[in-house]
Amino acid sequence: MPIAETYSSSIPFWALVVSLLATPFILWSSRRPNLREFWTLLAAVIKFALVLTLLPGVREGRVAEFVLLEIAEGIELSLRADAFGVFFAVIASGLWILTSFYSIGYMRGHHEKKQTRYFASFAVSLSATIGIAFSGNLLTFIIFYEMLTLATYPLVVHSENREAIRAGRQYLAYALTAGLLLVAGAGWIYQMTGTLDFTPGGVLEEGMLSASGMRVLFFMLLIGVAVKGGIMPLHSWLPAAMVAPTPVSALLHAVAVVKSGVFGVVRMVGFVFGPEVMGAYGLSTILAVFAGITIVLASLIALRQNNLKRRLAYSTVAHLSYIALGAALLNADGFTGGILHISTHATMKITLFFCAGAIIVHLHRENVTDLDGAGRAMPWTFTAFAIGAMGLTGLPPINGFLSKWFLCMGSLDAGAWAVLGVLLLSGLLNAAYLFPVVYRGFFCFSNQFEGKGEASPFMVVPLTITAVLSIVFCLFPNVLFGLFDLASAVADSVLGTH
Amino acid sequence: MTDPWTHLAVGILLPPFFGALVAALFPDRRRNGAWLAAVVSSGLTFAASLGGLAYAVIEGPVRYHLGGWQPPMGIELVMDPLAAFFCAVVTGMTFFVFIHGRSVVERETPHKAVPFYSAALLLLGGLLGIVLTGDLFNLYVFLEISSLAGYALVAIGDRRAPVSAFRYLILGTIGASFYLLGVAFLFMETGSLNMNDVAEVVPVMGESPATLAGLVLIVLGIGLKMALFPMHGWLSDAYTYATSTATAIIAPIGTKVAAYVLIRTCFHMFDPEFVRAEIPLADILGYLGAAGIVWGSIMAIAQNDLKRMLAFSSVSQVGYIALGVGLASPYGLIGAVLHTLNHAVMKACLFLVNTNLHQRLGHTRIDRLDRTTRIRMPWTMAAFTVAAISMIGLPPTAGFFSKWYLVLGSWEQANYVFLGVIVISSLLNVVYFFRVLEKVYLRSDGEAYDDASEREDAGVRREEVRASMLFPTLFLGASLLVLGLANAYIVIHVIRPMIPAGL
Repeated sequence: MPIAETYSSSIPFWALVVSLLATPFILWSSRRPNLREFWTLLAAVIKFALVLTLLPGVREGRVAEFVLLEIAEGIELSLRADAFGVFFAVIASGLWILTSFYSIGYMRGHHEKKQTRYFASFAVSLSATIGIAFSGNLLTFIIFYEMLTLATYPLVVHSENREAIRAGRQYLAYALTAGLLLVAGAGWIYQMTGTLDFTPGGVLEEGMLSASGMRVLFFMLLIGVAVKGGIMPLHSWLPAAMVAPTPVSALLHAVAVVKSGVFGVVRMVGFVFGPEVMGAYGLSTILAVFAGITIVLASLIALRQNNLKRRLAYSTVAHLSYIALGAALLNADGFTGGILHISTHATMKITLFFCAGAIIVHLHRENVTDLDGAGRAMPWTFTAFAIGAMGLTGLPPINGFLSKWFLCMGSLDAGAWAVLGVLLLSGLLNAAYLFPVVYRGFFCFSNQFEGKGEASPFMVVPLTITAVLSIVFCLFPNVLFGLFDLASAVADSVLGTH
Repeated sequence: MTDPWTHLAVGILLPPFFGALVAALFPDRRRNGAWLAAVVSSGLTFAASLGGLAYAVIEGPVRYHLGGWQPPMGIELVMDPLAAFFCAVVTGMTFFVFIHGRSVVERETPHKAVPFYSAALLLLGGLLGIVLTGDLFNLYVFLEISSLAGYALVAIGDRRAPVSAFRYLILGTIGASFYLLGVAFLFMETGSLNMNDVAEVVPVMGESPATLAGLVLIVLGIGLKMALFPMHGWLSDAYTYATSTATAIIAPIGTKVAAYVLIRTCFHMFDPEFVRAEIPLADILGYLGAAGIVWGSIMAIAQNDLKRMLAFSSVSQVGYIALGVGLASPYGLIGAVLHTLNHAVMKACLFLVNTNLHQRLGHTRIDRLDRTTRIRMPWTMAAFTVAAISMIGLPPTAGFFSKWYLVLGSWEQANYVFLGVIVISSLLNVVYFFRVLEKVYLRSDGEAYDDASEREDAGVRREEVRASMLFPTLFLGASLLVLGLANAYIVIHVIRPMIPAGL
């Protein structure tokens, strides 16, 4: 097991709290929107910069560690910026900058109310996300996980109508139940091992529990994280939460919140249970079965959704399970592919949601069947959408191809033909539910959007950037931030290979 | 020459009794003097308690012989970390509620202010006496002082208050009688009323039916005082119909002191092994606590009045403490003691919020709360939100950590029922607190928040309660976050030393 060299540094802490510190400023400048958005952007840029300063260390295999205080007897509130944490933090904080710009365009263009609450909650959510990324142990993880639940609740109920409040209740019911299971599971692990630290290769060992005990524990923790990760049958809050404003769907319900869930799944598999225990008790098979079923079913349901955001939500559900599936393969390629999919799906799906939001604000259309000819009015937006759609399908040269390639290699490595079949079938289904949007936009003729130009540059620029990023990440996976190396480093640390 | 700091043991006890006397001397038109006496004396005793806690933690327990008479003839005060900790909790909460209470009492019961403060101080003194005394019969005396003062406080309320106070009186007297009967049994068997003596004699004598009966009677009597399920019937009415400040004083501390007696009796006076093994008393306590947790939460969901909801929530929260005691293990005790502190702060904060709402709105009916409430009183509702999150038990607020230790204790004994109850009750807490939060933060008629509602909101003026009421509310709310983050410090330095050797 390669032991990473650790050094003490407060950077993870500051990267976490910068957006929390911005929250009071955001609240205080509620009457001056430009100043208020300035705080958001400032916090986003500083956060991203701080996360980037952690990159060189991580690439050399060094881990920044910061212990805040002892949070419960024997357990510290510790932040550890290891390769996996930094990987996730780079994506979440980097995309937050783009989403902030996009939010300004969207919220103002859509004349949304309560924008102060919106931007404040968003900032807290990002703090919680970075906290999850950098959590050094399970209790710290739980603390930020619950914080994320609470911070995103105001965003889900944003419009305050009956549908939103119902979605909010559903979200709380799912997420808080999951959180409690996590707490109970963490208590069990602490009772057995005396530690909750995330350790590459896991803290649990064979023989600590009976086979059924180990499965119960696995289910408790898996349900705890799988709710946010949208693994079926725990996914139904996610489509309902699409009542939130589109930037929320884009960053939180395609990247930060849901990826925290699958990030948690990978943490559980690789850093709590460990590959040996996962394999020995058949836990990886359980995970793979749930993930595989989710991928196929969610894609089939997505086919039937006419509301564009809901279609994308089901697509998110399916793609989140790619990541869990990759982890369940328990080999280097599978892990690398799964972790890479966190970043590749992030850029692609955020592009798609940005496009959907631009369409809502600019053309006031939410349904796929109403989009005939829209691509001619908004060529940039629909080109970006096409890139995202191709990426999710797994076509080169878009980064979805990259992660999918490694996932397929991993499944061949593991001899799991069923997994390979699921991945290939899902690619076809992706094409079936995403390409009609592009087709209608560009090739169905209608003059309903005559005279409508592109949406505001606040929206078009970010979505173009994310689309371009999707291509760049495929062609040069290491040129920006060395994400590919990080992903394989995580896989190596977990599996103990070099 | 004894260390002068040991006099803190009696120094905690004296200010409230003197204060009660002084407060009673003021005529009605100078009732502010009575209020001042209450604040000053509770402040003094709070300071003394904190000093005593520091002393007991650093230097070890203090055994203080009143008047120099040696026990078992004389009365002994015992100020160990456990007692000093409970004193600090009780006095601290009372101090903040007194500061908060002046304008509330002035508005709700102006001409009863003098007896009110006097009775409240007697209650405080009685409770502190229960905590500090090392003598079983002396405990009964203090129990009666605090109970009589408590009945009087509850009776100063609205029209329905005397009836609920009478019910409280009947049940309270039955509880006290059980306790006294139990003490009599123990006295017959051991020949001493000093707790320390009893603790030394019982293992030598071996168990006898009379000792067992004594223990069971004491636990039964104290369980009634503690509102342990199913003996909680008096609590909801007594809390609901008393005046706002009276409830805010009694609710956070009254049941806690009973819990303290339970811990003292079960773990200090008797061998924990005895309580766990000879008769399944610990199990019974734990399961009654678990039942109370669920029942209290369900009843809280059914209430439409905020104050009554909080009263039932107290039944549920007392259940956590009983559950921790019932685990009869270090983690259980840590959870129980920590939850005493946490729940006292949470409940005090929530009842102060309830009082603030009553002051401004004139009612505390949940169905009549709406988002204008929040616009009128943003800070009060912020304190409510923090306290609600803590009640649900979400990190990093204080409420999460007492549950965490209880979870650890439950796993240790592989008690899955307790685990399930802790999980389920947190979810029930979510239901009844978010019901309120939804109402005060969101538009509640099913329509989207639009321009019209924005104009409506802009027309609502902010009318937060005065600073003397707002400050204690916010202070308690903020301390929930501090207590949450500092819980490891409290557990390691203050609660660990309390754990008796037998556990």
